[in-house]
Amino acid sequence: MPERIMFTMGDIASAEGALSAGCKYFGGYPITPATEIAEWMALRMPEVGGSFVQYEDEIASITSVVGASWTGVKSMTATSGPGVSLMLETIGLAVMTETPLVLVNIMRGGPSTGQPTRGQQGDIMQAKWGSHGDYQIIALTPASVQEMFDQTVQAFNLSERYRVPVFVLADETVGHMRERLVIPDEKDLKLEYRKLATGDPADFLPFKPDEDLVPPMALLGSKYQFYATGLTHDERGYPTDKEDVQLELVARLNNKILRNADKIIDLERFMLDDAEIAVVAYGTPSRSARKAIKEAREAGIKAGMLRLKTVWPFPEDALADLASEVKHIIVAEQNFGQVYHMVRAAAAPTPIHLMAKPAGMPQLPHEILDKIKEIDSL
Amino acid sequence: MTTAPPILKHPMMKYIREDRLPWIYCPGCSVGIVTQMVTRAIDSLGLDFSKVVVISGIGCTGRTSGYFKTGTFHTTHGRAIAFAEGVKIANPKLEVIVISGDGDLAAIGGNHLIHACRRNIDMTIICLNNNIYGMTGGQFGPTTEHGRFSQTSPRPIGNPEHPFNLVQLAASSGATFVARWTATQARRATASIEKGIAKKGLSFIEVVGACPTAYGRMNRLGDGLDMHRHFLKVAEIQNGLPPHEAEFDYDRRIVCGEFVNIEKDEYTAVLKQMKEKLRK
Repeated sequence: MPERIMFTMGDIASAEGALSAGCKYFGGYPITPATEIAEWMALRMPEVGGSFVQYEDEIASITSVVGASWTGVKSMTATSGPGVSLMLETIGLAVMTETPLVLVNIMRGGPSTGQPTRGQQGDIMQAKWGSHGDYQIIALTPASVQEMFDQTVQAFNLSERYRVPVFVLADETVGHMRERLVIPDEKDLKLEYRKLATGDPADFLPFKPDEDLVPPMALLGSKYQFYATGLTHDERGYPTDKEDVQLELVARLNNKILRNADKIIDLERFMLDDAEIAVVAYGTPSRSARKAIKEAREAGIKAGMLRLKTVWPFPEDALADLASEVKHIIVAEQNFGQVYHMVRAAAAPTPIHLMAKPAGMPQLPHEILDKIKEIDSL
Repeated sequence: MTTAPPILKHPMMKYIREDRLPWIYCPGCSVGIVTQMVTRAIDSLGLDFSKVVVISGIGCTGRTSGYFKTGTFHTTHGRAIAFAEGVKIANPKLEVIVISGDGDLAAIGGNHLIHACRRNIDMTIICLNNNIYGMTGGQFGPTTEHGRFSQTSPRPIGNPEHPFNLVQLAASSGATFVARWTATQARRATASIEKGIAKKGLSFIEVVGACPTAYGRMNRLGDGLDMHRHFLKVAEIQNGLPPHEAEFDYDRRIVCGEFVNIEKDEYTAVLKQMKEKLRK
């Protein structure tokens, strides 16, 4: 399809990004503020020959996505924090069985039912640590309607490349804001697909990794027979309680992401080159920060922003570099301080100031400007 | 000098991962019988085995999928049906079989069971009902009869709850093929599994099995042989009986047979029609 231009909301841009990425299976359950993705998919999926299924709950939704992915179909779900809480069990299964899938989380106010129609960024740590055990996922944090499209495409590429669940973590404001969206010509999109099993089925080991630590994938219904399980398994896929297999598997599941962190992480440096005060932000607060920084510059304050487009794996090295460049770091996020703790770990001993706001209205530009001025006067 | 006779291979071994044997099951368990029923049903239907997907949940029966030599998946507890729906919808050409236990399918996975029946999605669910949580050591489950003893309903307390009748549950939820047999009625059960696989719709086949290690021991029902003999004694075949009359009284009367075999629009076929409608 040639280039298209829409004036639309972030949720729908994400759905269109998924379709452009070749997603052909959506399993979901209605939830504010992510419902528009399901509603859009209900009509668009059958149009492109894919399947939209509304399940009985979020548990079935994401588990069906894992099943669909193992047939070779790019698959996704979309939900909000309460839905992710129900999905965490299967996220662990997807990590353990190395299943490519995309989960769009339009973050709303929490904890619990919270404020369904108000945005927040309270699910950053949940995405990384929600399921039990030690593992890595990838999480992207778009800040505009266009990025909802672009980063959903990227989420599919990363999930296919590393065989891992990838989160698109967008706050409700980004999900529901309306902006111009340019959907590129499909010829201009770079799409990735998982490495598939090759060679003699008799010698095939379904969980034997290549050098990049990612094993080629066998699909259900192919000539390769295999057993995939959430139990600790060896290269044959067979369960074992041996300690060395557990250590090796957990290390590989983590390292296939951590060792490729520089290829995964996407950041924007805004007016940082000579900055003395850096704002670290993502999603909607980063939009406020951009305006505040321009105004601070006009007032003669050397401020800049490091905008995180990827929060997991966490860009530790970039934060350590930033700490050596600037005198102060302000972390502005729409929660009680989540990325803040990661910044503190990576950027100490540079002074780090938290602008926390676990509520629906993000930090406004003048609030961030006031904070920059306050820090500048220290 | 006499030579040892050649060791014959079990005719169904071609469907089994021999390198995973011996398997984990206790002596007297019915899982082996049910596994053989499924292989024989697949064999007599002449299916392309590489297009058959076997999925299970967690528990003793939940380990079954790992012994089939095809595409197999061991999901988390209760989620086998949800996984299977994704597989079937994404690739309707695959023959999808779910084998799991009563605790997995009817307690933690109960919601997925009733909704898959309601959707009438083409898959075959084989539930080995041994009336207990076996793998965790014998706790009462959704099918344990009132008053029965288990590790969480010990003597002299007994189970405070009442069981699901799985035939009634599946039938009232909308399954288009519903049968119940005991593990001792291997040929009849195999024939129903065959019909279930061939049926375009959701087939639910309950196989009442023995867990001598947990259920048998705690309720003094004897060993595996005693329990399987008991099944023959109390099984009463009533093909075509309205499902709500398919009584399950472990000591006295377990009504067996095929109770539902109806025609209804199948889910993936409906999805296909919807796609075609949009393409016009």
